[in-house]
Amino acid sequence: MLAKRIIPCLDVKDGRVVKGVNFVDLKDAGDPVDNAIFYDREGADELVFLDITASYERRKTMLTVVERTAAEVFMPLTVGGGVRNTQDIRDLLNAGADKVSINTAAVGNPILVQQAAEQFGSQCIVVAIDARRARQPDSENPAWEVFIHGGRTPTGIDAVAWARTVETLGAGEILLTSMDCDGTQDGYDIELTRTVSRAVTIPVIASGGAGSLHHLYEAFAEGEADAVLAASIFHYRAYSIRDAKEYLRRNGISVRL
Amino acid sequence: MTIAIIDYGMGNLRSVQKAFEQIGCAAAIITTPQQVRDAPALVLPGVGAFGTCYRNLDRQGLIEPLCAALRRGTPFLGICLGMQILFTQSEEFGSTPGLDIITGTVKRFQFHHNPGTAGRIKIPHMGWNTVHLIKQHPCLNGIADGAWFYFVHSFYVSPEDATVVATTTEYGGCVFVSSIAKDNIFACQFHPEKSQTVGLALLKNFAAFAEHG
Repeated sequence: MLAKRIIPCLDVKDGRVVKGVNFVDLKDAGDPVDNAIFYDREGADELVFLDITASYERRKTMLTVVERTAAEVFMPLTVGGGVRNTQDIRDLLNAGADKVSINTAAVGNPILVQQAAEQFGSQCIVVAIDARRARQPDSENPAWEVFIHGGRTPTGIDAVAWARTVETLGAGEILLTSMDCDGTQDGYDIELTRTVSRAVTIPVIASGGAGSLHHLYEAFAEGEADAVLAASIFHYRAYSIRDAKEYLRRNGISVRL
Repeated sequence: MTIAIIDYGMGNLRSVQKAFEQIGCAAAIITTPQQVRDAPALVLPGVGAFGTCYRNLDRQGLIEPLCAALRRGTPFLGICLGMQILFTQSEEFGSTPGLDIITGTVKRFQFHHNPGTAGRIKIPHMGWNTVHLIKQHPCLNGIADGAWFYFVHSFYVSPEDATVVATTTEYGGCVFVSSIAKDNIFACQFHPEKSQTVGLALLKNFAAFAEHG
């Protein structure tokens, strides 16, 4: 049976992990490769690097990070953040990324998703959707709105409709972040996750809000997510990946242990 | 011995090469018909579309030397699309011919479910799943029944000859062939280069198989 996936996410800025594993055993807490090796040994199912480097010129650093990681860690690696065109995607894949996540560029130029899927295959094209719950959803305003530029810019686009669109364009997976829940540690937006997961046939990764193991369980059992992304609860060693998987297994969720 | 990884413009060859390096095995990326002819052992990785895979191999003039090597007994490892392309044809875009080394068809997963309801089976089949051992092969030495491997695919192979089936895997109620073995050929739907320790063990088995048979 296919296992539900647990995916730690590392924010990387100028080649260094910003919110990394808070763990004394780590040689260099700021090195993305050391963090990746740590999570590999812990039994993470995949890994996501999110490049939050502000300047485009300094993004080349990320390629070196990806190359070094791919030489050490033999698990699927997704890289996102600032991906603008098919050349950026090609560079990341050649460096050793297995999947590339596109967000703002996909909204600005939806054909990019189609071109990328045709060129590199749907399996490596992830579309990241940052969604915020509308205060007063009605026929004019969608229940969840897509935001871009790292959550700074509203688009007026309905997140559920956008998920369907990117599936049609050839995306292989959706990384769905609730901006309302992100950083709260109060749990994922279950309703958003479930609505999107039911609207598409491609896998959906729930993101934003994980603060406890029960939250991970909810994302799978109630949100019908195929995978969960989490940062803080793993980085700060509140729980290990193994703790999470044992908890999920006890509660009837299929995981790889 | 240096294992030759065929580059035909599909998929991440580097990760396969790095995985072999990790287990202390030399691996080179090759592109030409002569290199295919000379290779002591071949690996055909690949992700993407079946039709493009065939066209790219054809454009590089690799189909004849590859088929000849397969028939001659050169140890061969096919990964994902590199397994599917061995088959007679794929259902992708009507019907697309393959190398026809293994008689059979490549089919798309089909799950019937109403949109908007619970329990949808997602395509691609993406993530970690278990393999059930059907027959023994040197490439599977020490791999436990029920071992976890990483998959990402929307199509699966359906061989006519059941004796080639090495492992099966279940997804969404469909039991499909997740690896095949026939003489010098071992090919798998899953990605050993992305399957952590167990994947590296399989690659090590292939390297030993290539060296000693």
